[in-house]
Amino acid sequence: MRVALFITCFNDTLFPQTGKAMVTLLERLGHRVEFPMEQTCCGQMHYNTGYHREAVPLARRFVEVFGDAEAVVSPSASCVGMIQDMYPKIAEEYGDEKLRRDVAALVPRVHELSMFLTNVLGVEDVGAYFPHRVTFHVTCHSLRALKVGDAPQRLLRKVKGIDLVELERWEECCGFGGTFAVKNADTSAAMLSDKIRCVLDTRAEYCASADNSCLMHIGGGLHRQRTGVVPIHFAEILAATEDDAARDARTA
Amino acid sequence: MARNDPTTSAELMSREVVPPLPASRPAMPFQDAAKLSLADSQLRYNMAKATTTIRAKRLRAVGELPDWEALREAGRAIKDRTLRHLDKYLIQFEESVTRVGGRVHWAADGEEANRIVAGIVKAKGAGEVVKIKSLTTDEIGLNDALAREGIKAHETDLAELIIQLADERSSHILVPAIHKSRAEIREVFRRTLKNAGDLTDEPRRLAEAARAHLREKFLTVPVAVSGVNFGVAETGTVAIFESEGNGRMCLTLPKTLVSVMGIEKLVPTWRDLEVYLQLLPRSSTAERMNPYTSFWTGLAPEGDGPEEFHLILLDDGRTRVLDDREGRQALRCIRCSACLNVCPVYENTGGHAYSSVYPGPIGAILTPQLVGVDNAGSLPYASSLCGACYEACPVKINIPEVLVHLRGKVVRRKQEKLLGRLAPENLAMRAMAKVFASPRRFRAAQRLGRQGQKLLMKEGVIQRLPGELGGWTSVRDVFPVAPQTFREWWAQRERAGRVNQDQPSSREPRP
Repeated sequence: MRVALFITCFNDTLFPQTGKAMVTLLERLGHRVEFPMEQTCCGQMHYNTGYHREAVPLARRFVEVFGDAEAVVSPSASCVGMIQDMYPKIAEEYGDEKLRRDVAALVPRVHELSMFLTNVLGVEDVGAYFPHRVTFHVTCHSLRALKVGDAPQRLLRKVKGIDLVELERWEECCGFGGTFAVKNADTSAAMLSDKIRCVLDTRAEYCASADNSCLMHIGGGLHRQRTGVVPIHFAEILAATEDDAARDARTA
Repeated sequence: MARNDPTTSAELMSREVVPPLPASRPAMPFQDAAKLSLADSQLRYNMAKATTTIRAKRLRAVGELPDWEALREAGRAIKDRTLRHLDKYLIQFEESVTRVGGRVHWAADGEEANRIVAGIVKAKGAGEVVKIKSLTTDEIGLNDALAREGIKAHETDLAELIIQLADERSSHILVPAIHKSRAEIREVFRRTLKNAGDLTDEPRRLAEAARAHLREKFLTVPVAVSGVNFGVAETGTVAIFESEGNGRMCLTLPKTLVSVMGIEKLVPTWRDLEVYLQLLPRSSTAERMNPYTSFWTGLAPEGDGPEEFHLILLDDGRTRVLDDREGRQALRCIRCSACLNVCPVYENTGGHAYSSVYPGPIGAILTPQLVGVDNAGSLPYASSLCGACYEACPVKINIPEVLVHLRGKVVRRKQEKLLGRLAPENLAMRAMAKVFASPRRFRAAQRLGRQGQKLLMKEGVIQRLPGELGGWTSVRDVFPVAPQTFREWWAQRERAGRVNQDQPSSREPRP
């Protein structure tokens, strides 16, 4: 399949390793990966903060850039949620009939990575190897907006060598919430401290998730507290193989 | 209302610092009020304990019903239909109530409703009323209004009584004293009730003390004031759901009953109640059925219940909410409080941080609509949009959707004014929208960020950010712009040609 990556502005800038892992993984599974260079941002931050008008051109840009794609795959559940749930509303709110039609035509082809792997490609065992103790943070948007269910965990459970430990109170928000973390910094920090306690209770080496935005928040806290727990996008775990482990061992 | 930040933990602990409930607008922005609550470790302990318990109980109660999702859908549909034809159903309701001997009053706002209640009480020559816990009367500030007329209102719900005796305000829709521990309640009773000197903090003893105090009121006070859970247009029936029996006392003993009802509390038919009789108790107290459910249809035969029944239909901003296509779903609310109990923000901040009669997620969407976004602009932002509230809501109010809708209103209002347009947030958002409009500008911004962050970097991360972003780095390190962004890496890979390109290392270390 011809897969167009929607890497998201945020991963592009701060966490390129996640995008690279997606390239490795999807090519290993035999797909042709493309990265349309014209892409920027889906507009989620603007829209969810109340800057609705500012999000409209970004929605138009997105459907223009990805309109012809066979499948659009993204490592961010919340950005995909934005496209699926909010783009139709934006089109309606601003009475843009063309956008409404384009969105309706494109949305069925836009997928979050774990759903793309399990639902569209129908794979669970992607041939990964990751001999570490990992806990998995379920993001609110993957759980409640996209309803990915346990797709990421099913993929992770098939990873060789992994010791996947369930996070206590896993269904609870980590307190990121986009600009919420800045506007309500104290409340966000309080929610983060609850989450970090649960992460540390698992004694995991890695805290994985389906969205680097939550991980930036949780990982930023884990790093500040010098916990040694490493935040990691699940795509990076799925991309890892025994060859990588051998190479790591040689260079270590 | 201005308030100095308390400086000692003793000051924080004494809830005297909680400002009195304002008549119409939140006293301080949510983020400031939340800061105060978050510093109160006793409060956070009490809140976490209470919400964790009720969450598990609710899941059990809801899990027992195989048709829960169908019930939610019915709960939503009935309310939506009622709201769509509210004009018709309200007239029908008025006719029905009048037919069965009740007297209907219409109040455009709280002030008018308060005036009507005070008028009725005075006409009876009474100086006191007993009250059933009612958010609607809290919303309109009835107790204070009556006090100004020389009428004393006695709250008879246990938790509401605690709050009244402590001279505080409620922090939860259903459990107003959820933020208080037993020991704190004991102190309030010892300070305010007669014969409470040797009171212990055993729940049974506390309840006994309250009962002794209340019983005297039930038997002597001639007028009762209640809210309304549901009004039935077809029959003129009014319903109260409660747990303690204090409501039943108020509804049957005093000779005059005055009920204040928000116009959205209507259902068309008696049959519709079957849905809410299942949805409400399980969602609110996590019980199959609440202990006392009272229905009254007009006046009972002589000697059995009140001789006079007044029903006040209150608008107080509700028709304005109805006018908003996205926001009006907030009027479906049946005040169960499930959204508060599951909300991680509410769990941490407690209800007072919302400075609103309606705290928690529902308050964050209802209050700004009732009092206007100009007066409660911080509340739509008091959420991480996690969606737990929507999932729990028995009438399927899409709270995150309405929050984002209201944020849009807040921003539009700000952008109408020059000062708002020049605010740092607006400038930053506009600038970023411009950057994202062009891949070229986006690349340039990435490079600029990489250059700029050099000044802030320490040990591979950014430990402190300036200005408005400082809140982020108070507890978190920031991962910097990558040495090579994804698009830079991709461009390089394309140039080198796919065949010769090294596979990317799948696990690149993070800083």
